[in-house]
Amino acid sequence: MSDLTEIRWHARAGQGAVTAAKLVAETALYEDRFMQAMPEYGPERTGAPLKAFTRISDEPIEVCNNIEHPGIVVVLDETLLSSTDVLEGIEPDGAVIVNSTETPEAMRKILKAPKGVTVATVDASGIALDTIKRDIPNTPIVGALVKVRPIVGRDSVDGQLLKTFGKKFAQEMIDANLESVTRAYEEVLIDG
Amino acid sequence: MAKAKWDVSNFDNWKTADFPIGMVGLEAGNSRDYITGGWRSERPVWNKEKCQHCMMCWVICPDAAIQVKNEKMVGIDFNHCKGCGICIGECRFGALKMVPEHSEEV
Amino acid sequence: MATQTTVSETGNAFVATAYRQVAPEALFAYPITPQTTIVEEFARYVANGKVKTEFVTVESEHSAMSACIGSAAAGARTMTATSSQGLALMWEELPIAAGLRLPIVMANANRAIGAPINIHCDHSDVMGARDSGWIIMFAENAQEAYDHTIMAIRIAEENSLPVMPALDGFITTHSISRGETMDDKTVTKFVGVRKPQHSMLDSKNPIMVGGFSTLGNTYMNIKKALREAIDASLPSIKNIGDEWGKLTGRSFDHVEGYGMEDAEEAILVLGSAAGNVRAVTRKLRAEGRKVGMVKLRTYRPFPAAELADMLKGCKAIAVLDRSDSYGAPAGPLALDTMAALYKAGVDVALRPYIFGLGGADVKLVHIERVYNDLADLSDGGLNPGLTYLGI
Repeated sequence: MSDLTEIRWHARAGQGAVTAAKLVAETALYEDRFMQAMPEYGPERTGAPLKAFTRISDEPIEVCNNIEHPGIVVVLDETLLSSTDVLEGIEPDGAVIVNSTETPEAMRKILKAPKGVTVATVDASGIALDTIKRDIPNTPIVGALVKVRPIVGRDSVDGQLLKTFGKKFAQEMIDANLESVTRAYEEVLIDG
Repeated sequence: MAKAKWDVSNFDNWKTADFPIGMVGLEAGNSRDYITGGWRSERPVWNKEKCQHCMMCWVICPDAAIQVKNEKMVGIDFNHCKGCGICIGECRFGALKMVPEHSEEV
Repeated sequence: MATQTTVSETGNAFVATAYRQVAPEALFAYPITPQTTIVEEFARYVANGKVKTEFVTVESEHSAMSACIGSAAAGARTMTATSSQGLALMWEELPIAAGLRLPIVMANANRAIGAPINIHCDHSDVMGARDSGWIIMFAENAQEAYDHTIMAIRIAEENSLPVMPALDGFITTHSISRGETMDDKTVTKFVGVRKPQHSMLDSKNPIMVGGFSTLGNTYMNIKKALREAIDASLPSIKNIGDEWGKLTGRSFDHVEGYGMEDAEEAILVLGSAAGNVRAVTRKLRAEGRKVGMVKLRTYRPFPAAELADMLKGCKAIAVLDRSDSYGAPAGPLALDTMAALYKAGVDVALRPYIFGLGGADVKLVHIERVYNDLADLSDGGLNPGLTYLGI
């Protein structure tokens, strides 16, 4: 299972981290690959820090423990940085993507990220407010994620979004979500 | 055709496989076959003349031993009457009294 | 023709789909984390007319199992689902369901029993029910939970015994994974229709259920019949698993091993942790270590002969229990395994471990440590006995 990709999501309950973890996992299934998505299960209190996990592989996934050494870390809320060590256990050549207006260079200093780790920032909240009109950074940040690490195809994200939202949402809302992914994909800043 | 009666007379000697699955009783109401009349030390005596057929004894008898036909009391089922005497306490007309089991009185 | 669809769902959603496809005539349930979403999803199917089930929300698990017993005795195909303290509250009635030989199916989302209060996975709830006369099956993942649930109704009705398909709370119930669901028609055909031998609602043939049995040998005979029935269900479970496997392409065995053809050290485990153990076993075998792993899918009846046969070539084995039997020489699975080996005349060093209580994460390094312990035991090292793994 050398091709196993492990992602850890940091967010506050209510920001849609689990939905994002699911979106990435389901996009992998859309590509006929194997996937797993799970929240770190605890009491659900809006605003409480939480973690979620995604695994993607070309082979069936048999492990089911928490991810200790993520290749990718996604932070949906930068206010978590003061209380949580988001880089804990990250692979030496891993990547971290933070929802922030900081430059990736400034973020590297804030995170004290080691040299080998790629640091990326994207104003996912700003993009969400512009497009979806609500501060739900979870969909746009997936656009940034696939730019930083092409773990699933850029087009597959759109395909899966259409599949998920297509049944339940108005065209306007679907377009806004697709637009948010495109913008985050284009606007994400990467250092390393 | 009437169903053959379920014979449980020898159940103490049944083998494991002889019992219906889950110990289902294949005939409801078979407690009638269990004669408990021998448990009595006293028995009720019914005075036909005094009886007003109010049916209170029938209501309260725990062993359904009051025999009724056409809305009238007709007697006592001594196969199942255990001689508890509840009917005596309930009868408002003095139509029932308890006597020792081996008394001559009928 | 059997057609399967690849989906990504939570384990509970897989189980709810199986419930919908089995389409019980009656379902009585009370919500408890992490079982809740099974019944929630099923309730949605009922509300949307996707399944015609008499669905009753009761006021406790005690009532849920009471209602199930009445319903199943009336002849209806009856299901429920529970977890942890809910299963514990049913304790009084679990042996009644089995003693009355009622084919009730109840998925259990395996969760720790308090105190301390804990909502996460371990097997202390199921193990509290292991002697109740229920058939118990452990799923490694959502796919197996789905398969077991569909098999369960057939197993229950063929053997006149209640069946508990168990899946690990949160780890399996709430994580989303890839799996396959069968088309409705194939499942409908596979599960058939319940044809009860007797029904309490058949007024032309009135019966008595739940009789009294105090003096004489009746009680002991009825209990012996239960013992014989659950022992005899082993081949029936396998046959039903094979029949389902022919439709799905997913094989079934009571005891499933990996690397056991030449393993000198082996780990035995139940439930979701089997995946982690297999991953470590795979890695160590690639490094040339002669290690293997075994998981049980059927736990009650205990497949003693099959298990002993699979373990007989080993020099040392570890049994990983996700619950403890306080005061006993080891955890429940280890005790069962010791008995199975003794019965088969297999003398092999066995080291019992307790792991993952209350959802404690099963780290791969812990499993690797167990294999290293076993290598030491194979070399004649001392067996320190019961070990709490990871702390």
